[in-house]
Amino acid sequence: MISANLSAIFYLVSGVLFILALRGLSSPETSRQGNFFGILGMIIAISVTFLSIGNFSNGFILVLVFLSVGGLIGAIIAYKIPMTAMPELVAGFHSLVGLAAVFVAISAFLNPEAFNLGTPGNIKLGSLIEMSIGAAVGAITFSGSIIAFLKLQGIMSGSPITFKGQHPLNALILISIIILIYLLCSTQSSSLFWILLAVSFLIGFLLIIPIGGADMPVVISMLNSYSGWAAAGIGFTLENTALIITGALVGSSGAILSYIMCKGMNRSFFNVILGGFGATEQSSNNQDKEQRPVKSGNADDAAFLMKNASSVIIVPGYGMAVAQAQHALREMVDTLKKNDIKVSYAIHPVAGRMPGHMNVLLAEANVPYDEVFELEEINNDFANADVAFVIGANDVTNPVAKTDPQSPIYGMPVLDVEKCKSVLFVKRSLSPGYAGIDNDLFYKENTLMLFSDAKKMTEDITKNL
Amino acid sequence: MEIDPFIFRLSIFILSIFIGYYVVWSVTPSLHTPLMSVTNAISSVIIVGAIIAGLAGNSENIFNTSSIFGFLAISLAAINIFGGFLVTQRMLAMYKKKKKDKK
Repeated sequence: MISANLSAIFYLVSGVLFILALRGLSSPETSRQGNFFGILGMIIAISVTFLSIGNFSNGFILVLVFLSVGGLIGAIIAYKIPMTAMPELVAGFHSLVGLAAVFVAISAFLNPEAFNLGTPGNIKLGSLIEMSIGAAVGAITFSGSIIAFLKLQGIMSGSPITFKGQHPLNALILISIIILIYLLCSTQSSSLFWILLAVSFLIGFLLIIPIGGADMPVVISMLNSYSGWAAAGIGFTLENTALIITGALVGSSGAILSYIMCKGMNRSFFNVILGGFGATEQSSNNQDKEQRPVKSGNADDAAFLMKNASSVIIVPGYGMAVAQAQHALREMVDTLKKNDIKVSYAIHPVAGRMPGHMNVLLAEANVPYDEVFELEEINNDFANADVAFVIGANDVTNPVAKTDPQSPIYGMPVLDVEKCKSVLFVKRSLSPGYAGIDNDLFYKENTLMLFSDAKKMTEDITKNL
Repeated sequence: MEIDPFIFRLSIFILSIFIGYYVVWSVTPSLHTPLMSVTNAISSVIIVGAIIAGLAGNSENIFNTSSIFGFLAISLAAINIFGGFLVTQRMLAMYKKKKKDKK
């Protein structure tokens, strides 16, 4: 058994290691080392906890059993999961953090002596406040992430679910959570504690159902942030520095990612959270659209265009992930490179279903990361490129965002694909994208639509090159 | 008058938010997905609370309600720790630079 001061110092060390873990991600070269620091920090935190309790009785064996069972499940998931399923996986993991926070809060509430927080029915006020906030945020994270998971997995429809009086209802529930926490702290009643948990689960569910599929990058980042705040809340209860530091890191990390994602869509955070984007525009926009001429081509035409180009920019989007076309795409690019054609990739911040989604898929297909560029880095290059190959992206290329102030996506930063000499647009049909608006790019003189499945089309082009 | 220890923890918390702010802004956008999975893994350090809860039961009665929740939380957090770090490692291993040997 080690002293409380010594274990506090070790928890601080593991907190610092977690900071270094995030710091490592500033470049791919240092990132692996960063991940190692994170693992080290975790090992220290867990070992110190065992040592500080010093109880190696039957309970200890059980802890190891539960730890190994969970660890084994986690390891299997980590090795089996396909890279295209990353958003679902992250959402699923968030829900587990949330639920773990709830469980820890419950056991602290039921058995406060174990945590030095007082006795049941007479828990220290400060601890009770921290505990109930941690539990409430954890519960919101859990149910919200479950909905996000179901939507990403396709089990639940990705379209927003809205109903009348939704926002007043949510506001009412949020206010009731605050009142419940207040009452709980003044009465110490355990039934209020359970009601608080139930209401928090409910609001997590209600908050995420009105948010549509393409807003998932914001939702996932937001839930990431929540899981951090939940951990920090529990960290205050347990008076544990490692948890407080980590919670703050994760909380701010998720908040920054949400901000970056919102900026990528030129929408305010509240606008996304309130949900139902595009639902109203959709109906009116589709009806008065006259049929405009579209040039469509086949793999042969596309191969011809690319063979005669000297530089090609690839614009991947969620459709590439759905079609699992990243490997086929890489093979096509390899063939192009053999013909001395310069190829680069342009990634919009909100392409895909989570921050950095496209980058991971391209990395999986062995695309070197120094050929992949962010919007600001590459946007000026479109004017000098010969061919833009848009695969599975739509709204992020729509020039309407720059020209039509009426458009719901007006002001959103877009890739200047239309400035290319020619545009190849792989898409299954002319249907509008997620925002429910037509893409002007389809009807441009220099656009060639390739109506097909992304993977099949890419393979066919490679054959024709 | 002594300062409440809560204030010290609050200071750590606030300063960590600032550290997080600056550290996360320096993360390259192409690594945002690994960032999410690694933050997932480290936030599961909540397992320390779960372990305390699990070991709190006395030796005759290991399974009281409180410790059962502790044990369950240990498993959930362990899934995240192993899953989170390993999947991050798997992803990071894929990020490669262009081969320098150009023809």
